[in-house]
Amino acid sequence: MLRYIYASELDNYPLLRDTMFRDRANQFKDRLGWDVTVDENGFEKDQYDELNPLYVIWERADGRHGGSMRFLPTTGRTMVNEHFLHVTDGVEIRSGLIWECTRFCLAPGAEGNVAGALMLAGGEIMDRFSLDHFVGVFDARMIRIYTRIGAKPTVLGTDGEGREAISVGLWEFSKEAKELVAKRAGLTLALSDHWFRQAFERNVPQLAAIA
Amino acid sequence: MKASVDTILEQLEQATALEDMQAVAEALRDRFNVSHVVYHWVSSSGEQYGCGTYSIEWVERYLEKEYLRVDPVITGCYNSFHPVDWKQLDWSGKATRQFQKEAIEYGVGRQGYSIPTRGPNGQYALFTVTDDRSDEEWEEFAEANRRSLIIVAHAMNEKALELEPGREGPPITALSPREVDAITCLALGQSRAQAAQKLSISEHTLRVYIESARHKLGALNTTHAVARAMQRGLIVV
Repeated sequence: MLRYIYASELDNYPLLRDTMFRDRANQFKDRLGWDVTVDENGFEKDQYDELNPLYVIWERADGRHGGSMRFLPTTGRTMVNEHFLHVTDGVEIRSGLIWECTRFCLAPGAEGNVAGALMLAGGEIMDRFSLDHFVGVFDARMIRIYTRIGAKPTVLGTDGEGREAISVGLWEFSKEAKELVAKRAGLTLALSDHWFRQAFERNVPQLAAIA
Repeated sequence: MKASVDTILEQLEQATALEDMQAVAEALRDRFNVSHVVYHWVSSSGEQYGCGTYSIEWVERYLEKEYLRVDPVITGCYNSFHPVDWKQLDWSGKATRQFQKEAIEYGVGRQGYSIPTRGPNGQYALFTVTDDRSDEEWEEFAEANRRSLIIVAHAMNEKALELEPGREGPPITALSPREVDAITCLALGQSRAQAAQKLSISEHTLRVYIESARHKLGALNTTHAVARAMQRGLIVV
């Protein structure tokens, strides 16, 4: 199922939290060789995890992390504005209508629909919180994955070359795109709506049977 | 006649003191046809600052009783950054129910919609509209006005940051060279496609530069952003 969890609430989901940070270490350090820090617990965390970001996490049936991404408002501190200004021609991207999306991560052996489910969550956020764009940081391999699931970003600029290359890009989402992404992820909009309300509203009944 | 949102944003732009923001809050209340409009800044040390249309009696009561600790809008929105309909919050505790009852007695309204804003250096504030519409009407109102409210919330916050005592550094609204280029092209009447071509960037990139400039200028849309940049002499056409 899809979960939307602020960092301040993450400790209520210890297994999900730990497996997410370990899978991030696996993806960003071991597989992609990014210059990231992994702590003694094997967790990949950076300074932006300290700013109470909103995580969107695909939780597997066994309660473990299947994939995730991290959101921060661009009016506060962001990775793009603090580390990638040379890629955006010196423009600080700041707007109440744009959030930053980083650390898009898939667990090793994640089911084929996880990336699509996460993109659907992105569409839900954009739609319900009236956002225009996400700005994100990702590598070339992710562009192929995004394209396959119907959420190809527009690349604003790229730092480095080949396997090392890291890009800053943008996503937009129409309501129609949301439907398409849901379909490709094998999910219904009704279920997605339920997961979203469960995360952001009190007193939404559990729907364990269909999730 | 009620002022348009853009006219009010213009008024906000001219504000040089907290009293001016107060007038803006009142104009917004009339524009959106709601009971109250409130901008509330809570610093990490618990200091409060802001403006709004709540009665003096309620504000004094709130401060005196230290309702900051009980108010589910504060506890529920603090540190988050998505817009929240008050119905989504947890009003179930005994102290909370008492607080809600009192708030209604003091005319706050049964409905509320709050937009948290986060500024640089962990700055945090809430922009709130309240009313007595029915649940359905309120949902409709929020859906129809959410985008404008988000824009207004951030414009209020930018102004509050600007007016913050002791603030140093360059004005927050300084445009970067690329933003100036983008806005200048539009001011010259070029289409987005033409402007993008001239600046050798994609149309998407151009749109982000324009959006970023719009935010800095506190404008409602691109047309107003261009007009404002011209008025302020930020671009020369």
